[in-house]
Amino acid sequence: MKIKGRAWKFGDGVSTDDIAPGRYFYLRSQPKELAKHAFEDLRPDFAKNAKPGDIVVGGRNFGQGSSREHAPLIIKLNGVGAIIAKSVARIFFRNAINLGLPMIIVDTDRINDCDEIEIDLKEGIVEDLTKKFKLEAKPLPEAMLKILRDGGLVPHVKKHGSFTL
Amino acid sequence: MGLTLAEKILSMRMGKKVRAGDVVISPVDYAAAQDGTGPLTIRVMEEQLGVKSVFEPGRVIFFLDHAAPAPRKELANDHKFIKQFGKEVGCIVSREGEGIIHQRLVEDFVSPGDIIVGADSHTCTSGALAAFATGMGSTDIAVAMAYGKTWFRVPETIRIEASGELPFGVFPKDLMLYIIGKLTAEGATYKALEFQGETIRNLTQESRFTLSNMAVEAGAKVGLIESDDATRRYLKEMGREGKYKEIKADEGASYESIMYIDSEDLVPSLAAPHFVDNYRTIDQLEGLKVDQVFIGTCTNGRFEDLLVAATILKGKKVDPNVKFIVGPASRKVLEKAVKESLIDISIKAGAVIIPPGCGPCAGVHAGVPSDGEVVVSTQNRNFRGRMGNPNSEIYLASPATAAATAIKGEIADPREFLPEDFKVKIVS
Repeated sequence: MKIKGRAWKFGDGVSTDDIAPGRYFYLRSQPKELAKHAFEDLRPDFAKNAKPGDIVVGGRNFGQGSSREHAPLIIKLNGVGAIIAKSVARIFFRNAINLGLPMIIVDTDRINDCDEIEIDLKEGIVEDLTKKFKLEAKPLPEAMLKILRDGGLVPHVKKHGSFTL
Repeated sequence: MGLTLAEKILSMRMGKKVRAGDVVISPVDYAAAQDGTGPLTIRVMEEQLGVKSVFEPGRVIFFLDHAAPAPRKELANDHKFIKQFGKEVGCIVSREGEGIIHQRLVEDFVSPGDIIVGADSHTCTSGALAAFATGMGSTDIAVAMAYGKTWFRVPETIRIEASGELPFGVFPKDLMLYIIGKLTAEGATYKALEFQGETIRNLTQESRFTLSNMAVEAGAKVGLIESDDATRRYLKEMGREGKYKEIKADEGASYESIMYIDSEDLVPSLAAPHFVDNYRTIDQLEGLKVDQVFIGTCTNGRFEDLLVAATILKGKKVDPNVKFIVGPASRKVLEKAVKESLIDISIKAGAVIIPPGCGPCAGVHAGVPSDGEVVVSTQNRNFRGRMGNPNSEIYLASPATAAATAIKGEIADPREFLPEDFKVKIVS
């Protein structure tokens, strides 16, 4: 499966407060409304201009902070096809995979904002089509790969009746 | 080869020896969520998993703490939704004003050796009771609530070996900010922290919760502390002495690394905006003008914390330019603090007392800072926008530093205010 779209480049240490600000706590039961505020303080244009297949590109420790699943959820609701980052916080990592949102660990230093990116999920290759270079992603842990292949945690447990990791 | 505390607890509960790197499907003793993550958890159960029951109603708990009592109709409706679900499946709902999820869990539910999962990142707080406790998102918790199971990769462990006593005016918060500064915010990602050594053994159980609470700020999955007499006394005070179990790491356990700390070298400390690992010593920040001070949260809103603050506040007034907010972590903490006159002292000093719960820490209500304001808080996070306004700055500190700061109206050294012989010697 291939995902292709423009890069939305962010720096190191993007927190769940940056992705889904606490001041919109009251919108948590209306995820589509909350999604309009995704990354609002860092990239006010994100929710308006993100297109299906776009790729969020983070630095180190992407998604640090709270357990709010709304963070990856509203990224997904904005049509984002995958997140790639140099490293990712533990709970965010689980949440993204549970939602069936690919989370790929790769050195993102050379990728710039607006670069055209193509990801080959099966081969684990991230290609910067603008700058014409390829990066090999760190393989996902086997357990997470199984959940992602089933489309997320709910499809996984429904398919197998329990965890089959 | 011996087992680390993380391997030990999981092995005990799984009934077989497990090692770092193993993937285990584990039973859970409690699955919890709060009012920010609970509604999504319920919707995943009902709408996606298609279940209308929980694995064991007495082991599934929702806590109304982040925005309770509700400041808006949307949040009031979320609370109603959670209570309605609670009635339908018979699970426990800890209502408005009962307290913060992590404080309530250690007071009334968690025992050494338990496996706890919660839809809140600071679920690791219970690790100070030698329980394997960790935060997850709503979907993971929905599955845990429905099936009573979850999956873990058994973590490698970083051992924190702290020797010596904490010096005068230095508290577990200072120690933990130092540790996070050294490890960095991602230094323990996917790993367990195991707090060991003389310093930890000499801490009260309440103090230990501050360390475990902030393990996640270094990225850790759990922050574990062996159970001992302090744990037993705490459980006794909570009416659960029979639940005590001694759990220790084995001699010769294999650690990924060991961080040695000489506690006697520590000084009062803060984390500067906008990252928890942005470590500063008090002398680097003393004198910085402050607009708001908050003492409370699952990190530092316990009885001992309010006692330390009251020791500094007694007979004094806070600076008239400072908004000073005190939030007990639970109703139990509030009751004890009222009985021991700590609330009276705080009110007389100028505090606004808010209901037990998360207060302004989650950025929803009860003290959102204005543009440009500087806040000193005893909470665990200072990310931009954490308290509801991205144009404010948050410094993290101990209750002692926070109280001294409230009086001076600028970041202040608590050692100027504490009585010379002051030491936390509460038998919990």
